[in-house]
This record gives sequence, C-alpha cells and structure tokens, in this order.
Amino acid sequence: MTFFRPSFRHPDLQPNAAGFHRRDYEGGISTLCAGCGHDSICNAIIDACFELALPPHRIAKLSGIGCSSKTPAYFLGRSHGFNSVHGRMPSIATGANMANRDLIYLGVSGDGDTASIGMGQFVHAARRNLNMTYIVMNNGCYGLTKGQFSATADKGSRSKQGNVNLLESIDLCELAIQLGAGFVARSFSGDKAQLVPLIKAGLSHHGLSFIDVISPCVTFNNNPESTKSYHWVREHSEATGTFDFVPFRQTITADYADDTVQEVELHDGSVIYLHKHPDGPDITDRRQAIDNLEDHKAQGVIITGVLYLNPDSRDTHDILNTSKRPLNSLTEADLCPGAAPLEAVNAAHR
Amino acid sequence: MKPLNRINDFVVSFATINGSGSASANNLFARVVFRMGVPVSPKNIFPSNIQGLPTWYEVRVNENGYVGRRGDVDLMVAVNGQTLRRDYDSVVSGGYFVYDSSRPLPEDFQREDVVTIGIPMTRLVTEAIDNTKMRPLLRNIVYVGGLAALLDMELDLFVDALHRQYQKNERLAEPNIRALELGYAYARKQYPDTCQLKVQPRDRIGDGIMMDGNTAMALGAIYGGATVVGWYPITPSTSIIEAFGNYTQEFRLEESGHCKAAIVQAEDELAAIGIVIGAAWNGARAFTATSGPGISLMAEFLGLAYFAEIPAVVIDVQRAGPSTGMPTRTQQSDILACAYASHGDTKHPLLFPGDPRECFEMTAAAFDYADRLQTPVIVMSDLDLGMNDHFSPPLSWDPERRYDRGKVLDARALDALTERWGRYRDIDGDGICFRTYPGTHPEKGVYFTRGTSHDEYSAYTEDSATYIRNMERLLKKWETAAKLLPKPEITLAGEDPRLGVIFYGSTTPVAHEVIDHIQQRGCTVNSMRIRAFPFQEEVWDFIRAHDHVVVIEQNRDGQMRTLLINEGDLSPQKLLSVVRYDGLPVTSRQLITAMEKTLAAHGLLVPATSTATGDPS
Repeated sequence: MTFFRPSFRHPDLQPNAAGFHRRDYEGGISTLCAGCGHDSICNAIIDACFELALPPHRIAKLSGIGCSSKTPAYFLGRSHGFNSVHGRMPSIATGANMANRDLIYLGVSGDGDTASIGMGQFVHAARRNLNMTYIVMNNGCYGLTKGQFSATADKGSRSKQGNVNLLESIDLCELAIQLGAGFVARSFSGDKAQLVPLIKAGLSHHGLSFIDVISPCVTFNNNPESTKSYHWVREHSEATGTFDFVPFRQTITADYADDTVQEVELHDGSVIYLHKHPDGPDITDRRQAIDNLEDHKAQGVIITGVLYLNPDSRDTHDILNTSKRPLNSLTEADLCPGAAPLEAVNAAHR
Repeated sequence: MKPLNRINDFVVSFATINGSGSASANNLFARVVFRMGVPVSPKNIFPSNIQGLPTWYEVRVNENGYVGRRGDVDLMVAVNGQTLRRDYDSVVSGGYFVYDSSRPLPEDFQREDVVTIGIPMTRLVTEAIDNTKMRPLLRNIVYVGGLAALLDMELDLFVDALHRQYQKNERLAEPNIRALELGYAYARKQYPDTCQLKVQPRDRIGDGIMMDGNTAMALGAIYGGATVVGWYPITPSTSIIEAFGNYTQEFRLEESGHCKAAIVQAEDELAAIGIVIGAAWNGARAFTATSGPGISLMAEFLGLAYFAEIPAVVIDVQRAGPSTGMPTRTQQSDILACAYASHGDTKHPLLFPGDPRECFEMTAAAFDYADRLQTPVIVMSDLDLGMNDHFSPPLSWDPERRYDRGKVLDARALDALTERWGRYRDIDGDGICFRTYPGTHPEKGVYFTRGTSHDEYSAYTEDSATYIRNMERLLKKWETAAKLLPKPEITLAGEDPRLGVIFYGSTTPVAHEVIDHIQQRGCTVNSMRIRAFPFQEEVWDFIRAHDHVVVIEQNRDGQMRTLLINEGDLSPQKLLSVVRYDGLPVTSRQLITAMEKTLAAHGLLVPATSTATGDPS
C-alpha cells in the first residue's frame, strides 16, 4: 500500500469534455495490499468516469462489506458514497435509485458480498433490472478474514494454504443473464484495455449492468494452482472479441465494413461495435449468451468481454411507471393531498 | 333463567368459516349499528389460513362508548358446524343462540338458560336464489337480516348500506337485498318478541368514523409525503401497503399516468429496510411496514441507520410471537426488540398510536421526526389496532402544517458556509448535524456514509476518543428526541397518590373502561397513556408521584415495564405488571379480574366478590 500520493500533475494533462481533470475522479489512498487487483479496478473506474466526462457529484457509489467494498473510498472522492452492510448494497442502491432516478449509480461488491451473504439481494436487483452498474471484484476468497474460499471459487481450485475447494462454483454472469440484467460482462483486473471500455459501456447502459471482474487476491489466493490467480487467468482466458464503445456524444467516424461487426445501440445513444468471430454467438440473444459461457467453461476457458446485452431493457422505474421527476425533488405541494380530500375519506368510513 | 334484556349494550358473535365471505356481512351489521349513532367495535378473530377454518367476528354494541372488547357472548350467530358445540356452550347464561335450522340441532343441545333461535338460512337461500355460486355468500346476509328483525333494527338502514356497498356494481345489490329480506321476514314472523336485546338509535357518534388502523397509517404515509416504499408481505401489516398503493392511484398520479411513488416489493425484510434507508439517504421520504419477524430481520440495518444517522420510518404491526407465533393473533410483544433493535448500543424512537386517528397522525409525523432526528422511527401498531375497525375521531389535516425535512443543506446553503462542513459536526448543540443529499453541489457537501466508526467529517477512525465523542453526541440527540416526540396523555382523577396506571396502544379503550370500573369501587386511579419512547420528564414525574404504578400491556414479560425500569433506573417494586397475552384483543372482563387481583394483593382494593360480570356503567 502507498501512504502518500504526489499532488503534482503534469501541466499538459487535458481536462475532459466536461472540464474535469482525472484527479477530480480520484479518491483516497488505497489501504489494500500492494498489487491487489482491486486497485486496478478502481483505476479503471476512474478512467471510465473521466473519459465519459461524468460530473463526479452526479454519481453515487455504493458498496457492502469486504475488501472490495472498501474501495469506494479510493475512487470518485467528489461523489457521495455509501458503505453499507454485508451483502446489502443492492437494496440500498434500489432505494437510492427510486429516490432519484437522475443520478448515476455505481455499486461495487465482492464475491462473498454478492455470491454468498448478498446472493438474494444481487439476484433481485438483477431481476428488477435496476438502473445501475454493479461491479463484482471477484477473487474467489474472503480476503478480510484471511483467505477462506468464497462461493465463486472454482471446484478443484487450490488455495495458498493448500486447501482444495470441493464445492461447485457460482457463475454470477450466467445468473445475471438468466435473471434479466440488461448488460452482463466479465473482465480481468489485469486487462485494463478491456476493462475501461466495459465500465464505460456499463455506465451508459439503461438497466442493470453487471460486470464480474476477476481480481486476484495477491495475499491469499494468487498461487499458481488457484484459478483466480494472475497466472491462471492469463493462461486460461479468452476475450469474446474486441469491441469499441462509442459514447453518444462522439461522432462515429470509424468505418466498419467488416460483416463480423455487430452494432448495438444503447438507450442513451451510445453504440457498442463488437468484432465477433464469424461463428461467434449473438450476444443480444440470451440463450446463445449462456451457451457461449457454458461452452467455454467446458473447455476450461474463462470468456471475457461483453457476454450479453439487451439494448431495449426496461429498468425498475419503467416497470413501476414512476414519475419522470426524481421522487426526492417532489415537494409538499406535489405529495400532500391537503385537508379537503380527508372529508371524503371520513365520509366513506361512516 | 330470565333472558338478557338490554338496549345498546351487548356482545354479538358470529361463528363462521373463513373464506366464506362472512366478514363483510358481519361488518355490514356493525356499520349499521354505527350509523344508528351507537358506538360499536367489531373484532375479527381469524385463523392463519385462507379458507375453511373457524373464524369469529365479535361485535360489541355499547352506547356508553366502551368500545374495547368486553369478553363473553350474549348473542351467538352460529353457522359453522365445526364449532357448533363450543359456540353453543360459550353463550352466557340468559343469552341467545341463533343457528342455521336447515339442519336440526344435535339432541344434546339442551341448555335451559339460553334462548335458541333457528333460522333456516341455507334452505331460504336455496329456495330463493338460483345462482349457486352466490348462495354461500348470501346465506351470510340472511342471518344479518334475521338479526335486524331480532334486534328491532330498521331494515331500510341495511338496504341503504348495501346500496352504498355496491355503488359501483348495483347488479350485486339486488340479490343481497333479497337475502336480507328473507332473513328479516322469517325472524319477524317466527320469533316476534323473542329477543330482548335491542339496538335503538342514539346520537353518540358525533363526527366519528369507523376505520382500521392500517388504512389510517397508509393515509398517514400519503399525507406525510412518503414516495418510496420497500416492503415484504407479512400479516398483519400487508394491508397498509395495499391501502397505500390504492391511495397512490387516487392521490399520486400525474396526468401522464406516472406515479409519484415507487412501491418495491422486496425479496425479504432485509431488502425492504435497505430500500427505505437507501431512499432516505438520497432525500426521499420512505417507509416500510412489517411485523415482529420482519423487525428481527431488519435489526442489522436499523443499527446502520442509527449509527450513520439516516432517517427511516418503520411501521410494526405486532402479532403474537415468539418466532412465527400466532400470525393472525394480536400482541404488544415487540417493544424491547424495537426499542433496542440491533447490535451495539442502539436505541430507536417509538410511537404508540391508540386509535386510527393517531395511526394517521403519528405515521405522518413519523416522517418529520425521522427527518429531524436523522434516525429510524418505529410506529408501533398491532393486529387488533391495524386490522379491526375502530370507532375513532375523524382524520384531519391542518392546512398550515408543513413538512419538517430537518437539517439539510442545499447548494445555496453550502455556498453560504463560512467554515468547513462536517457531516457529523454538532453545530447547534442538540446532537443533530447537517446532512446533504447526493448530487446537490458540484464541489461541496460530499461525504462518505459508513457503518464503521467515523469522525466529524465522516472519515473512518478507530480513535477511541473520537468514537466516544460520537457515541455521546448520539445520546444528546436522544435527549432532543424526547423533547420532540408526543407527550403522554395523563388523566388525573384526584389527589390520592396511591395508584397510577400506565397503558398504551390498542389497550386504550379497554383500559379506560377498566379504570372507570375500579374508580367506581372507590379507588382513585390516575392514568397515563404512553405515546412515545424515549420517555419524557412527564413520564418520570407521573411515576414519581404515585406509590404504585400498574403497567397494563399485551405481552407475557411486561416489556414496557422493563423498558421503564431500565430507562428510568426505577425500583422494580414500584411498577406492577398486569398483562394479557392470549393473542386475542384484550377484554375488559379479563383485565378487570386481573387488575382487581393485583390491586387487592397490594392492599389497594378490597378483594372483590364478583364484580367483573357487567358493564361498569
């Protein structure tokens, strides 16, 4: 861990389209172990928000408990944050989102926080298709309590202490696809080139964007026999295909004559161009997306990239048909029926 | 045995089968009594079941305004074969037993102290109504018609009530009226002058209403400005959310059809309270309604909201515990669980409404208290108060009343600050700090909300002195809460300092009746109805002023008594406990017996011979 961050910035660093510099998206100094994958993810979040030129104060960052859930302190220092209780970030995010649909909600969680204690909340946030980006920093173990296997640890994976995980592993991405999340992706904390555009796409998607990021625990789960180690993931992963994410504000100039390019327009007008393998799956098809995951799993390959995308997804507000105005902006005049209607209420109860 | 002869003072019980539509027929009877200007209190005593099990609907008619449950049955309408024997046996001596004489009574039903009245309800309906599906429902209306005749009530009042009930579907009124007339005509012809219980018109209702507490609370949430609801279905709280949903369709729809409220049915109570806390953190007024098992699940989150200082409104419609207990039975047994919910040193403001008007009032006010105090506020109802209709003053709303959103800094206020803002800095000395909503200001007012220990600027700390400072400030806020919340309602009957009585919530109407009764036996009783926790000075003054204080409540362990002893550092000898916790709405007869026993044991009352049989009036 680092105790000190120089305040000096290169004078030539350019602000983004909204006039913010990268430092406006940074947070406090990380207290995680040196080399922790989570720190790379934090940096990817910072880059993604900076590149999208999101106003920092319009983002709300939320988390549960665990190493991963500590990280909101390390990015977006100018955004409101909420470090809640173990496994309960999705319900806090649901309430916050219901209160103000105009903010951008970024939830971070871990594999223990999501796949064990918070499984119910994760499942139902996905089912509600809550408009948020939900990032799991997945290291297959409980870091803060010193390395016990989590529910995403692969069967047969061996920990640093030599224990073998005998239980089935939960594939959060596959679950998210089944449950109705509109955007599902997997990445690797060591692959910044892929992770940053993935987070950008997730933030632009309307509905629940779920991103499972394999993030090795350097202290407890980074031995070569662990399937969540840097070494293993580098050896056993394969991207679904490269892709370009074009935010809606930018003019699209690239020429994609290649017929293997799949163009998917998001709710806000952003476009994702996926460079598919010629016989690759259609990621807007739920069944093909799940088959794709399972096929690769059978081959012992971790597939990364955008796994599933539903550009027409309806979020919780759409489903509940709530006011287009943020509910927290409604005043007494909007909400209180006043004295007169109570007369009718009383009359109906006489 | 002389048959009971009473005007506007008796108890009718309807013994039926749940899911057979009887509750609405029985309610029709209670409503007509009410419209005749006579105070009435229906109690639906139902099983945790949807269809097929015994259920009783007890209606107490009392022109003196004693609308608590009395206990015992003067007139039984028995239409459930499963419980016929038990129902027959439960009628008081001199009482009346009305049954469906389509089948004869078993031969061993030979009580000489009961007037037996047979009305062939099933046969009458079968002969007159072709629609076989409607027959079971209409059979219920037949006995209501029969009762109208037996009790000398005007049939037109029932006909009017049916027209009102079926306003939107007049087609249904006609067969109902027909069934009503069948029962009325039969009883009038076969049993003239048989029943000496009568309902006569009075003017004792004023502008009162008959409403269940859950409906009143739903309206309170509408009026209080709730926009986000997180909830999970649980008896007996569910109808609050359903009523809230219905009222949003009436009061919260925009012209576009969009709703100015989000009601999220969560996966469990953990999520329900999480939704409330997330929404309130983000500046919306939010609430949930639950019962004891839900409170247990919410405990962890309540601790977070206490420590991170986030408003939340929770309604606990208590039912009989422990565990799943008796889900459709009433109790006041979550007092301690709510007062101290969660691990660590936590406590939460509680409100104790005593009737539907207070359910409305206190639910609306709970949003102000929660915002002002930045902490969860729990409104304590129970199944009896929540699900039964109660005679209550009408609901009203002061047009001058304004929401108190508490100490919130908007962008302008943030710009006007001259010193560094800290989320947990106590500027005013009342223990309450200024908060901001996310998204308020591009540069100012941002903080990191956490359940971990934090300093005045919401930064994580394990520094002992800082931790203690924060915990002490929360205590100061607790003192502020005591000043803010509704004061107890104290009734002083005289100077005699020997006996004070404390009660709260749904015990209220029965407690009044019991106190009147004890006073008529020559004992001065001062009383105090607790309306909120933390307890105010007035509560301690009242207790200090009396030699003995009886705490009446509906739980086994005397939880309110424990809370008082604990919070007030009182001598346990001073507070006597009188409890009823059988799961049914507490009755005045039970309570009079229990009170007399307790008072006699402490030399406060000469032992009674047999007083607990009649109305104290």
